[in-house]
Amino acid sequence: MLKDQDRIFQNLYNDLGSDLTSSQKRGDWVNTKEITNKGRDWIINEIKESQLRGRGGAGFPTGLKWSFAPKEVGPRPHYLVINGDESEPGTCKDRDILRFEPHKLIEGCLIASYAIQAHVCYIYIRGEYFVDGQKLQAAIDEAYEKKLIGKNAAGTGWDLDIYIHYGAGAYICGEETALLESIEGNKGQPRLKPPFPALVGLYGCPTIINNVETIAVVPTILRRGGKWFASLGREKNTGTKIFCISGNVNNPCNVEEEMNIPLKELIEVHAGGVIGGWDNLQAVIPGGSSMPLIPKDKCETLTMDFDSLVAEKSGLGTAGVVVINKDQDIIKCMARIARFYKHESCGQCTPCREGSGWMWRMLERMAKGEASKDEIEMLGDVTKQIEGHTICAFGEGSSWPVQGLLRHFKDEIKKRNNFDPIVKETQNIPYLVDQHLLDKNA
Amino acid sequence: MSLKRPAKEQPENFEFNSSSLKAANEIISKYPKGKQQSAVMALLYIAQKQNNNWIPLVAMKYIAKILDMPYIKVYEVATFYSMYNLSPVGKYFIQVCTTTPCMIRGAGKLVEACKEKISDNESELLPGKNCSWMEVECLGACVTAPMMQINDDYYEDLDKEKTLEILDKILKDETPKPGSYRGRINNEPENGRKTLMELKNA
Repeated sequence: MLKDQDRIFQNLYNDLGSDLTSSQKRGDWVNTKEITNKGRDWIINEIKESQLRGRGGAGFPTGLKWSFAPKEVGPRPHYLVINGDESEPGTCKDRDILRFEPHKLIEGCLIASYAIQAHVCYIYIRGEYFVDGQKLQAAIDEAYEKKLIGKNAAGTGWDLDIYIHYGAGAYICGEETALLESIEGNKGQPRLKPPFPALVGLYGCPTIINNVETIAVVPTILRRGGKWFASLGREKNTGTKIFCISGNVNNPCNVEEEMNIPLKELIEVHAGGVIGGWDNLQAVIPGGSSMPLIPKDKCETLTMDFDSLVAEKSGLGTAGVVVINKDQDIIKCMARIARFYKHESCGQCTPCREGSGWMWRMLERMAKGEASKDEIEMLGDVTKQIEGHTICAFGEGSSWPVQGLLRHFKDEIKKRNNFDPIVKETQNIPYLVDQHLLDKNA
Repeated sequence: MSLKRPAKEQPENFEFNSSSLKAANEIISKYPKGKQQSAVMALLYIAQKQNNNWIPLVAMKYIAKILDMPYIKVYEVATFYSMYNLSPVGKYFIQVCTTTPCMIRGAGKLVEACKEKISDNESELLPGKNCSWMEVECLGACVTAPMMQINDDYYEDLDKEKTLEILDKILKDETPKPGSYRGRINNEPENGRKTLMELKNA
């Protein structure tokens, strides 16, 4: 288990209070000026050395992302945008940072803005977190009052304004370009990339977008050194991560742990074990709803980091671990996730808009045992038609969980949906539109 | 995609009151000159708060005028995002999360409670009632599931009885205490916490 002094979010459980004074006691804002005095290149190099990867789901190296910002500020100003549109089912880590560790985030905003030469930072918070956003706003006001942000922020000579922008209940706005559209006052529909936001982003200006957790760990990394962060976890999967363990466990909780921690340790030690014991485990969704589930036999030895989960054809995503035990109907669970994606598709690309609903309707029927044999193959087909054929990664997000279900629980679906299609080829109905329903062997 | 339709009966006029107008101007000032359209989401939200939890079409026209943008663009935004109510929902708007993490911890019971106390149907404001309910997608409090949101507040760690108690209070026009209903103030494990114990016992 990670040593307590290596935990970045000391106030994750609000034992100490989230106000400025107690944050300063924990080390926030102590020597911000010294950090920025070391220069932009030093900051970006240190982050590169720490091998910090974005905490929002995709796991893109943060130092590399920052280095994409133009070195010289041209006629267009630079922007920093913080993504706090946490809506992935199974994930609730950013909320705890917003309400209990706001000063880590604000200080991170200042350092990151300095590194990418932005004078304005927008923090995009999902609309439902209004109360938690108000707590962050109070912390921002406090920071303005103490001159930690604003003109000559914290004595660094850098001017920074931080504004909160509330979303209004659209999951897709967690996608970075949809988020920019949303800040610009449009529907949250993703943009085509390239051009990437680092060159053409908010209002057409160079913009760096990072997750709340990514930015909040930056000050601690710079204080303790990139080497310290890189010493935790393993190569390319370094540092600590807040895991959210929900679902059928005895003590659902958020906990900050080292990367590469065994899944079994997370569940058994921190979350009090699976309800009904380890043997009652059916499957685990390891990284928020868009990551394919992993059946029990693989959970025994699984370690939680980006690369080892990719090797299992899943992903760490946001590290929202949803534990599903044998009392649940796994097909129904996945059908509900498909309904989520059907509801949240922005409607821009046809494969996703139509496909997400199609997958949901098929899965609902499969849960009830009303689907025909052929449909199981067809479901897999539909997921392949969506994946890779959309503007943003939502297409993958909606089809991967279904693919995971088909990969590991196909027998279960087949057992329940065991009847042949009604239409036989011998009947020869020329006007039949649904040719795929024809039984080839009849 | 979700389908949203504006209410059939619409008021004739809408204008921000002085406090809304002040808040609106403050928000517009957050964005660069000429980019005031960015404030449309916040302004819609202010209009919704002022107008008893829903946005009439005249309010969209009014906001379009303030922000100097076409009405249809405001309409687009209002119909795209799920948090804008385009028809009356009552003084208390109850949103029950039923996405998988909540579902497997018994969100169905919360829906049952809402059906018993409020209305058989989602998004239905019965005459004489001050609230309506609907199923929503993940509200981002999966560790404290099952949960629901009433107006701005989260009610977490619920079961059927506690939900019934909360709904009783609401029907009496009282605001119940938000937060966890098993006494949690945060997302720590309820029993057997293993981390940061020195701080807890300090």
